Amino acid sequence: MNILVFADHINGQFKKTAFESVSYASRVAKSNNGICTAVVLGKMNDPAKLSGFGANKILEVPYDGKFSSNVYSSVLMELANRENAELVVVSHDLNGKSIAGLLAAKWGAGSVTGVVSMPEFHNDGMDVVKGVFSAKAYARYRIKSAKKVISVMPNAFPPEEVGGDANIESVNISIPADRIEVLSVERAEGKVPLPEADIVVSGGRGLKGPENWHLLEDLATTIGGVLACSRPVADVDWRPHNEHVGQTGIVIRPKLYIAVGISGAIQHLAGVNNSKVIVVINKDPEAPFYKAADYGVVGDLFEVVPRLNEALKKYLK
Amino acid sequence: MPDKAKNLTIMEVIVCISKSPDTTARIAFTDQNTKYDEQGVQFIMNPFDEFYALVRGVELQEKEGAQLTFLNVGPASNDIIIRKALAIGGNKAVRIDTEPKSAWDVAKQIASYLKDKTFDLVLFGKETIDYNGSEVGAMVAGILDLPFVSNASKLEFENGNFILNRDIEGGIEKIRVAAPCIISAAKGMAEQRIPNMRGIMMAKTKPLEVVPAVETEDLVELVSYSLPVEKSGVKLVDPENMDELVRLLSEEAKVI
Repeated sequence: MNILVFADHINGQFKKTAFESVSYASRVAKSNNGICTAVVLGKMNDPAKLSGFGANKILEVPYDGKFSSNVYSSVLMELANRENAELVVVSHDLNGKSIAGLLAAKWGAGSVTGVVSMPEFHNDGMDVVKGVFSAKAYARYRIKSAKKVISVMPNAFPPEEVGGDANIESVNISIPADRIEVLSVERAEGKVPLPEADIVVSGGRGLKGPENWHLLEDLATTIGGVLACSRPVADVDWRPHNEHVGQTGIVIRPKLYIAVGISGAIQHLAGVNNSKVIVVINKDPEAPFYKAADYGVVGDLFEVVPRLNEALKKYLK
Repeated sequence: MPDKAKNLTIMEVIVCISKSPDTTARIAFTDQNTKYDEQGVQFIMNPFDEFYALVRGVELQEKEGAQLTFLNVGPASNDIIIRKALAIGGNKAVRIDTEPKSAWDVAKQIASYLKDKTFDLVLFGKETIDYNGSEVGAMVAGILDLPFVSNASKLEFENGNFILNRDIEGGIEKIRVAAPCIISAAKGMAEQRIPNMRGIMMAKTKPLEVVPAVETEDLVELVSYSLPVEKSGVKLVDPENMDELVRLLSEEAKVI
C-alpha cells in the first residue's frame, strides 16, 4: 500500500507534527510493502530531514503562497493519484484538520480524523481508533473505501528516527486558483504550541488572580513546560483564550500535565485526560480532579508551587 | 461574481447546528458497545455551533440585515434544539429528516440541500463535542467546491468579502475570502446568548421546514466503542516534601 503524507512547516522549519505524521506513515507503508511519499509545499530549509523519519521519497511542490486548505487539498489529491497512493496521512493539527475533510470529499475517500492507533487491516477495510465524546471514549472505525484519508492526533505517536536517504524530487504541478487570501500572519515566535508541548503547567481560579501567574511561569521555565489555563480563567481574561485547555478549548495530550488550583470539572478533564501523567495541586481534598490524577498534592498552592519549583531546580541541576 | 451587484442584495447566511449530549453527560454504550446509550442523556445544541457560529450569524442578521437560516440534519426530536436556535435569532430553519450516520452522511445531506440555493456564507462550529471530527464543514466545501476556512475566531463583512481571523498554533492568520464561502467558527467569534421570553414566543411562529434526506453511501463504519482504562488511583504526596514528588516523576513516571 502506497502512502502519501503531508509534512507541514512554519517558515521553512518542519513542525513536530510533520515528523510524527511521516514517522507514522512510514511505519504503515513498511508493514504493507508500500512506499511512503512525503509532500512538502514551499521552500524548506532541510527537506531531507524527512528521510530520517522513514520517508522513501520526498516531493517538493514549488509554492510561494500561504496556507490554504483548498490549494493544499487539491495538490495532495493530485499527487496521491500520481503516486498511486491509497492512503493520505495528515496531522490532526489546525492545518491538517482543515485539509482532511476537504481532501476526503474531493477525492472520494473515506476519512477518520484524530486517529490515536496504528491501522489494522481487514478484508473489508482498514480499522483505526479515535477519541470521541471529547476524550471520554474511543471509537474504532473501519474505512471501507479504496481511497482513505486519516489525520493523526498530535503527540500520540513520538517520531522515530530510522535514518534513510530518500530522493528529493521537485514536482511540476499547476497550483489551482484560490479564493482565499492570507493578509497577515501573527505568531508568537519561539513558543511551543500547546498541542505539541511535552509538559504543560496549567492554572485555575485557585490562583486568585492574574498577578499570581508568575508562580506558574517560574515552574514552567524550570521544567521546560508550556502554560495553559482552565476555562473560567480565560473567561475572566486572567489569561488569553488560546491558553484555555478543555472540552471547548484546546485538547492536549502531553507527557506531563500539572494542574494547579483547578478543581477538575468534567469539561476540563475532557481536554486533558489523555495526558500520560497528571499531577494535581489543590487545597481541596475533595476536588474531582484527584480521581483523574496520578499524583496529588493537597495543600496551599502558594506554598507548594514554589517548593516544587525549588525541588525541580535542585533535581535538574 | 460581480461584487457591486452583490452589495445591493441581501446577505444570505446559513448556520448549521447539530445536536450533542450535554457536556456533563454520562458516556456509556449498549448493543455490544456499538451504540451510544442515550438513556437519561440530556441533549443540547453543540456548544461550538451555538456559542460561536449561531450567535455570529445572529449578529450579521442584526448588523448587516442578513437573512439567516438554521440548518440541521436529524430526526424530529431535534426540533427542540432548532426552536432554541430560533429563539436566539434567525428568520427560519430547515431540518433534513434523517438519523445521521456519519460525518460524510451529514455533509452529503447539507451539500445536496445547498447545491441549488444562493447564499453568501455557511457557518459551522469548529467541531462537535461528541464525534470531534472537524470534518463536516470541510466536506461540504469539498463537495460544493467552495472556499473553506476553519477555526475562525473573528469574522467581519467588508465590501462583499469576509475578513477572518483564523486560529493557527501559537497565533492567528488574517484572511480575506470572497462570498460564497464555508467557515468553521472557534472561540472568540461571538459570546453565548441566552434566549429571552420574547424570542421564545417568536420562535414558535418562525417557519421550520422539514425536507427529505438523500441516499448516501457509507465509506466508514463504526466497529465498536470503548472507554478509557481508569486510572488506578491517585498517589498523594506530602505537600511539605516536593523532593518526593520530583523523585516519583523522575523514577516512577519517567516523565522528567
